[in-house]
Amino acid sequence: MQREAVIREPLILGHKTYHDVTEDVCKPIEDKAPRMWYVLFTIALVIGLYGVGSICYLLGTGIGVWGLNKTIGWAWDITNFVWWVGIGHAGTLISAVLLLFRQKWRMAINRSAEAMTIFAVFMAGTFPLIHMGRLWVGYWVLPLPNHFGSLWVNFNSPLLWDVFAISTYLSVSLVFWYIGLIPDFATIRDRAKKPVAKRMYSILSFGWSGKAKHWNRFELVSLVLAGLATPLVFSVHSIVSFDFATSIVPGWHTTIFPPYFVAGAVFSGFAMVQTLLLVMRKAMKLEAYIHTKHVEYMNIVIMVTGSIVGTAYITELFISWYSGVEYEAYAFLNRATGPYWWAYWSMMTCNVISPQLMWIRKLRRSLLFTFFISIIVNIGMWFERYVIIVTSIHRDYIPAAWSMHYPSHIDIAVYIGTIGIFFTFFLLFARYFPVLALNEVKTILKGSGQSYKESPDYHKNH
Amino acid sequence: MAEKIIYAMYGDDEVLKSSAKKLVSGGIKIAEVYSPFPVHGIDSIIGVKGTRLGIMAFLYGLTGLTLATIGMRYFMVVEWKMNIGGKPNFSYVENILAFIPVSFEFTVLCAAHGMAITYLLLNRTLPGMPAQNPDPRTTDNKFVLEIRLSEQTIAEAKIDELLKDTGFEELEKKITE
Repeated sequence: MQREAVIREPLILGHKTYHDVTEDVCKPIEDKAPRMWYVLFTIALVIGLYGVGSICYLLGTGIGVWGLNKTIGWAWDITNFVWWVGIGHAGTLISAVLLLFRQKWRMAINRSAEAMTIFAVFMAGTFPLIHMGRLWVGYWVLPLPNHFGSLWVNFNSPLLWDVFAISTYLSVSLVFWYIGLIPDFATIRDRAKKPVAKRMYSILSFGWSGKAKHWNRFELVSLVLAGLATPLVFSVHSIVSFDFATSIVPGWHTTIFPPYFVAGAVFSGFAMVQTLLLVMRKAMKLEAYIHTKHVEYMNIVIMVTGSIVGTAYITELFISWYSGVEYEAYAFLNRATGPYWWAYWSMMTCNVISPQLMWIRKLRRSLLFTFFISIIVNIGMWFERYVIIVTSIHRDYIPAAWSMHYPSHIDIAVYIGTIGIFFTFFLLFARYFPVLALNEVKTILKGSGQSYKESPDYHKNH
Repeated sequence: MAEKIIYAMYGDDEVLKSSAKKLVSGGIKIAEVYSPFPVHGIDSIIGVKGTRLGIMAFLYGLTGLTLATIGMRYFMVVEWKMNIGGKPNFSYVENILAFIPVSFEFTVLCAAHGMAITYLLLNRTLPGMPAQNPDPRTTDNKFVLEIRLSEQTIAEAKIDELLKDTGFEELEKKITE
């Protein structure tokens, strides 16, 4: 058993035993769902179905139903894509990077953060697919000879790198998540009383029995997957930023993009984790496992990555002037003072100022304040992508081609719809899946549990 | 062949480890340990060797890298030299910068999935497989030592005696078909 300094706050509050951990996590799955769950699920489902309907209309009619024009060929679709991919960065960062750094507080949040990641990447993947207009030829992005001559997909293009990056990220995250879920499904299976539930969880748990050799392999597989997923997380958003950075559009053509996008992704991802977990811990009575200390740790990550993002904004501004390139300088002047000034200043306020408030201990330990800031950050990060994408292309080299972007109702419906689908998935996850990595939490119970830390034997060496 | 198996159940991982140590030093071979979470240190006590899955992951990764290199060289250099701005790819090495992202992604893809599939096959944990833990509580808060009599060199009475003061909560003897 590993011991830690007593002045560290315990990660599991109260007097919990191994059995209590199982009870606390499995109870919400076994009990009847509270009425609030049905209310939220219905709302999310209706919004999601509205989104699906809009997507069907879009596919049936054509991309013209979006508010795009010949100058602005990319707007809400790619903004939403980057926004969702960014949100999808927290889960794997928490479970992989924090595993490599041996941060034990990850165990309370990694399962739901990973679930969120997977659903967010699903939503992200929707946008490039529907932007093709003809969804049924989506497989053309795979390296197949071009129907059926000898021309292949272009491996020099960042858009194709994106295909590989996103699909690798999605499938590896899914595997990482599921391998962790197998032992927890086994726990639910062994407790299940109803035959249907028993059968379902029996299939889902793959016959896991908790043998010593299996656990031995489990730990190594988790470690190696974490080692693989860590550079993967950084590569994915770097490649997403290449979509812009390798072009010659003023405002996009900057080398700062990869690190700046990765920091922004972690920033927005943690904000979404905060939004979801602050509600979930209350609704599922998991306050003993996800408490103020966890929230504080996440707020510190938000503060650090928010500061990196803020520095990147200011660096961009400085370099646009310092480079002496007038097109570059105009792109940034136009962002701050042009017709989209409101988007620029919303972004600045939400992403640069709000995370700085986290320096105040009282604020970063306040759950209500955290919830508020997490929403602000999510809004700010959407505006960041909108500013980068739309304000850069709406006025480029030829003033005759300058234009404005006005979203159509389908633009809005598809975006809101993906939020609905995302919450539908997340609510289903919270209802039927163990939302806490319960078997992992048991391993830290003796080292970081409150009752163990307070017992007089804690310091004694055995 | 009928075989007699002893299951000793413990309620704490520390007790489990100390009693496993005691039994092993008494000459008993422990066939299996079932636990709700990874008990660190139990592997060396009962003689479970470290896994070589890490090596497998490396080999799968290497396979992925090789496949990506061969594939992209064929698509972009050999079969169709795509002409971009009047600059077709004449050699793979000179254009390698553009091929690094996909090489990396495909390496990770193959390493991760190859290892995950190998892991599931080795464990024999696949959809629809029956659970093998002797008691449903071993996935909750109990730890079970499995001792197979056919594997022992000492008599059953001696085993019972050694087991007696290891602090187990329940003891079960079972004869399998």
